[in-house]
Amino acid sequence: MKQYEITFIIDPVLPGDEIKTAAKAYEKLLENEGCNIVHVDETGLKQLAYPINKRNSGVYRTIEFQTENGTVIPKIELAMRRDERIMRFLSVKLDKYGVKYNDDKRNGLIGKKASKVEGKEGKKDEFVVKDDLTLIEGVGPKIANLLVVAGVKSYGDVANASIEDLKSILSKGGSSYAAHDPGTWPEQAKLAADGKWAELNSLKEKLTGGVDRSEEE
Amino acid sequence: MASRDDIKFLSNPNIGKDKKKYCRFKKFGIRHIDYKDPDFLTQFVNEQGKLLPRRITGNSLKYQKKVAVAVKRARHLAILPYVTDLLK
Repeated sequence: MKQYEITFIIDPVLPGDEIKTAAKAYEKLLENEGCNIVHVDETGLKQLAYPINKRNSGVYRTIEFQTENGTVIPKIELAMRRDERIMRFLSVKLDKYGVKYNDDKRNGLIGKKASKVEGKEGKKDEFVVKDDLTLIEGVGPKIANLLVVAGVKSYGDVANASIEDLKSILSKGGSSYAAHDPGTWPEQAKLAADGKWAELNSLKEKLTGGVDRSEEE
Repeated sequence: MASRDDIKFLSNPNIGKDKKKYCRFKKFGIRHIDYKDPDFLTQFVNEQGKLLPRRITGNSLKYQKKVAVAVKRARHLAILPYVTDLLK
């Protein structure tokens, strides 16, 4: 039993259902040839690194399948070459490490992607719309992450949190975060929570790194 | 006047220290290089999208060859560019 994966780019200009039928046609072809389809990865519309056939984006699909022998490969490649809907394709035989990598990736064990996926799913349960905390001057993506982990998930939460609370969250995150001053964060978050974006922006202009410089001067 | 303790800050103490390069694939036990992961592969190409040599990345020969194959596959699928400027 050999495991292969074939990645192909479908023309994005086609109507949505035709893209699906194009992808399904190749799954059918493989099944008719007696292949066992392990997984179909619908990566979806992506920007191309360089234009192909005057298109700047393409719909990526990856089919991973097992077959007893490789006779199906020339057949599917010929079909793809003849198919105008397919812009590019690449078929690759997976070694045992490749098979394991793809398994792990599906189970969310690989690196950053895994933690992101887990985090998203976890948050969805408790919270529907997560506010973008990084819009607060002084809060970067990492600090926003810290806050969310500590249970401060929305502008409202930041607005209601005391400065001491925020400071303790930061210092728990490590010494590199302890230097950040959350003094104005609740004030900014309150404006954001009320939807007063214009006022927030004018306030942010006065601030650098979340600290009010105008008062000190 | 500078005391004896200050003298060490007058020149960068790290100059001349050799940081030993290592093969990250061997060190972290990465056995498979995914050609569909552009963020990972950009670590092995320069700003023009050219492959970096082993003497810079520190990869072992075995994995440098695999990196090269993965980058070439990614280029074919328009995941990485063949030629560009300001990739990073």
